[in-house]
Amino acid sequence: MITFISPTLEYAILAPMLIVLAGALIGVLIEAFAPRSARANSQLFITLTALVLSLASLIRVRNSASTTAAMESVTFDGAGMLLQASILVISIIAVLLLADQENFTALASALPGSDEERASLQKDLRVTEIYPLTLFAVAGMMLFPVATDLITLFVALEVLSLPLYLLAGLSRRRRLMSQEAALKYFLLGAFSSAFFLMGIAYLYGYSASTTLAGIHAAVVGGTGNDIYLLLGIAFLSIGLLFKVGAVPFHAWSPDVYQGAPTAVTAFMAAATKVAAFGAMLRIFYVSFAEALYQWRPALIAIALITMVFGSLVAIAQRDVKRMLAYSSIAHAGFLLSGVIALNKSGLDASIFYLFAYGVATVGAFGIVTLVRDSAGEVTDLNRWSGLGKRSPWVATAFAGFLLAFAGIPLTSGFIGKFSIFSAAYESGSTAILITGVLSSAIAAFFYIRVIVLMFFKDPVEDGTSVVIPSLYTQVTIIVSAVVTFALGIYPTPLINFIQSTASFLR
Amino acid sequence: MVTNSGLVYLIALPLFGAVSLLLLGRRADKWGHLLATALSAGSFAVGLFQLSQMLGRDVESRPVTQKLFTWISVGSFNVDASLLLDQLSISFVLLITGVGTLIHIYSISYMAHDPDRRRFFAYLNLFIAAMLLLVLGDSYLNLYVGWEGVGLASYLLIGFWNQKAAYATASKKAFVMNRIGDMGLSFAIMIAFASLGTVSFSGVKEKAEFASEATMTALGIMLLIAAVGKSAQFPLQAWLGDAMAGPTPVSALIHAATMVTAGVYLIVRSNFVFDAAPNAQLLVAIIGAITLIFGALIGTAKDDIKKALAASTMSQIGYMILGAGLGPAGYAYAIMHLITHGFFKAGMFLGAGSVMHGMNDEVNMRKYGALRKFMPITFVTFGLGYLAIIGVPPFAGFYSKDMLIETALNAGGVKGILLGGTALLGAGITAFYMTRVMILTFTSPKRWDDNQRPHESPALMWIPMAILAVGSVISGYLLHQGKAFKHWLEPLFAKPGEHSELLPPIVVSGLALTMVAIGVAIAVVKYQLSEVDSVAPENVTEFTHFARRDLLQDEINEALFMRPGQAITSALVKIDQSVIDGAVRGIGQMAIGSGSSLRKSQTGFVRSYAALILVGAAALIAAIWVVTQ
Repeated sequence: MITFISPTLEYAILAPMLIVLAGALIGVLIEAFAPRSARANSQLFITLTALVLSLASLIRVRNSASTTAAMESVTFDGAGMLLQASILVISIIAVLLLADQENFTALASALPGSDEERASLQKDLRVTEIYPLTLFAVAGMMLFPVATDLITLFVALEVLSLPLYLLAGLSRRRRLMSQEAALKYFLLGAFSSAFFLMGIAYLYGYSASTTLAGIHAAVVGGTGNDIYLLLGIAFLSIGLLFKVGAVPFHAWSPDVYQGAPTAVTAFMAAATKVAAFGAMLRIFYVSFAEALYQWRPALIAIALITMVFGSLVAIAQRDVKRMLAYSSIAHAGFLLSGVIALNKSGLDASIFYLFAYGVATVGAFGIVTLVRDSAGEVTDLNRWSGLGKRSPWVATAFAGFLLAFAGIPLTSGFIGKFSIFSAAYESGSTAILITGVLSSAIAAFFYIRVIVLMFFKDPVEDGTSVVIPSLYTQVTIIVSAVVTFALGIYPTPLINFIQSTASFLR
Repeated sequence: MVTNSGLVYLIALPLFGAVSLLLLGRRADKWGHLLATALSAGSFAVGLFQLSQMLGRDVESRPVTQKLFTWISVGSFNVDASLLLDQLSISFVLLITGVGTLIHIYSISYMAHDPDRRRFFAYLNLFIAAMLLLVLGDSYLNLYVGWEGVGLASYLLIGFWNQKAAYATASKKAFVMNRIGDMGLSFAIMIAFASLGTVSFSGVKEKAEFASEATMTALGIMLLIAAVGKSAQFPLQAWLGDAMAGPTPVSALIHAATMVTAGVYLIVRSNFVFDAAPNAQLLVAIIGAITLIFGALIGTAKDDIKKALAASTMSQIGYMILGAGLGPAGYAYAIMHLITHGFFKAGMFLGAGSVMHGMNDEVNMRKYGALRKFMPITFVTFGLGYLAIIGVPPFAGFYSKDMLIETALNAGGVKGILLGGTALLGAGITAFYMTRVMILTFTSPKRWDDNQRPHESPALMWIPMAILAVGSVISGYLLHQGKAFKHWLEPLFAKPGEHSELLPPIVVSGLALTMVAIGVAIAVVKYQLSEVDSVAPENVTEFTHFARRDLLQDEINEALFMRPGQAITSALVKIDQSVIDGAVRGIGQMAIGSGSSLRKSQTGFVRSYAALILVGAAALIAAIWVVTQ
């Protein structure tokens, strides 16, 4: 007979996630009961408060790291704490971008081009639902890298994905494209979730367990049917590789990056990557480490293809958001090196890289929101030419972020690349080192081309201009830029902190 | 090693200038150039002070270091942001800040009418700071920061006159070729880190003797690639000529005296790597020999005065690389030639700028002629540089080049004869094309229109030229007096192996001077004694056509690298966007039309993406399956 075991929950450990969820629920209540005029400001306030409180409570419980919670479905360890903190910091600076309502449609339910849409624009309506949606996504992202039970992992995946599908469709301009992107993202996301679930099923079939520790024990014991393990690893990887945008599961990302409101793209590109790579690192380091001969060659191949493909195809892009999308594909390849390394320095390097890349990404997309004409954001790169002459500061900041993506010294990107490739080389993957450096060199080409375009070409006279950033956007860009350069010039404190903290609890 | 807390000021002064001029913006327009010049001069003064201190110490304790902070500390791997000032770096520091300051002074007048002069000076200071970091870094990683920094500053400076249409492609080419070089350096750093566990010069030197020769050869070749990219050596030489689109003082500073010589610095600094990897070392010498002939041949056909000088720079750096490839016997002479070259080539570039200044920015030498009468000072200073570069005794180039030729000849066996012979031949061609430049510009009959009003440049411009001219006259003698410079640098290098002399020094000098005399004579006959057309004649030999087109370097690059690269990229884009769609469409799902133009902007169909995921999934499973079996 099945007896019902009442679950015990360690609230202190779960508090960071619960605070974010509570913020989201309050946000829903505000949507339901607060007068329309008061919503935008109170939502922003609630969202930021929830995120900051969550970060504070995370810092408070940092010393109780290395414990399990919620019936061992969540593990709170050093690496998990760092990943959650990264997600929160990135979310805070990304939420400030959301505050600029110019990005979002006035009424999401109005048909594009309809009278209703025009009326909603005239009434200056605002979709303030973005805030609770964002908080739900953040909660899912925070759960994703600390979940140690595959079922919890799947729940986290859906909690983080569903709000993002919605958010992607809320663009104010070019709404058809935005909605198309959202639908694509949703359909393909559902498809990949199915793979992920299949993977869970096979792994359960292999080990009779859904916990990472149980699967690890089965791999070490070697008693299960290896075909189930193999299919389980493959299917689970597909779900994760989809989320991080690795080739050949990348096809959605350029369309979604381009179609989604830029502030959402910033949040999604930065925070989702941290969450998904965090989960991937945990699963491979904890459960599959002993089965590395099975999965490593395939993952190396995917990493190599992803780096080269992302870097090469980015060269051909004429749209800044698509270019950044392909660049993020290339970075997914670089980050896979950290998973493949499967050593402590790989873990440290990955966490550093994720944080550094996430911050720079939010900053770069923050700048994209500023370059506009009368019809909204200008993402055609040709129309960015001469930006450096009109708005030297904005162009300089963007150049800084691009240099960080390119991995030029004195930016965080250089330290990240250096440590992650070294870690991969340490583990014996010479191919990763060579291909990584080569494709970084290729990638540098299109980053620098944009810099040349901004600073050395004459401005085009077609109404493209840089709007005066709102205070929130300014904070986002300045914080991102300062972090990007500080981590390039003096990374030691953070690296030391990661080194002494980052570890996975088996 | 002795620590010295004063080294940071060498870099901090110009860096402060760059930052403050950029931050203050228009407010600093009135005095920004003066501040920048003063700071560069201040850095030179600090350098002189350090030199005097260094001379006061005995040989063993001459190198000093300063640790700024711990840059990266990953486990047992530590990289400090540290500076190292030894006999080699002080030589560069004085060259960079000395020539740099003169060029600052020159630019005050040269850029006087440019509304953005302040920004130009900010970039100049930034360049000086980056270049100093390059030569003062105590590890490959610190050097790499300066390496990228000078690259960045040079793009800013070349791009300063961005109204030139040709600039866009020029910068792209410079960028790609430099990128290949930078990649070589990053590979070298990773190899050093992974197989030796350290990236500092002293650490690598220590470990070099225990490492396998294969490792050192790989390291050496990667360093050579880096040097080849930065120093415009064969086969990555094509960008230098195009970089001449920038302002002339920039060409003098970056593309003659300092940045392009960074490759020579890198190889000489890494002497312990190359000494442990004879094959890589031989490759260095071969690359140098090829480039010195290659550049000289291009120089014979150029009508653009700056491009002729650029070709000559390429060729002279070829000499230095050749010297650096000759091992401990050649290192000191490579650096000595680098310094004398810094004087005479920078002087000649400034002279070319002065000529352009007086000739409405005309660069075609076929439209010059008889400028001797109108620009006497420029003629004299340029002429002294000319005598130095072709190697007439007792001018500077004579000593440094002669020693390089001699060392090459004495390298032993066939290698010595080939390398030395090439260097001798190069001396002859150099004499020919430089005489051609002199004649076409200054001494042949005038070929310019009557609306030109050639005139001498103001004092702020000619004084730096005169100072550099003095350097072109005496620097070689001073450095070579009692082999002073060789002894100065010697403690840094391994002891050279004994080689028997192939020819006595006096005979070598005689041979070299004979080659020079032949080169000068041909040029005089061809250009001074016969009529020169003001447009380039078309009925010339096939070789001249080749040389005019830079020995087809662009065509070869395009065919070998650019087009295949573009083809791969466009093929991947096609695969990414249409092939998968096309395959799905081919099945007959044309029902959904392409729709509005909005939808067209995203070509992808979600079903194609899903199909791709499916294919990818199948491939992944297959791969794991195959591996497991």
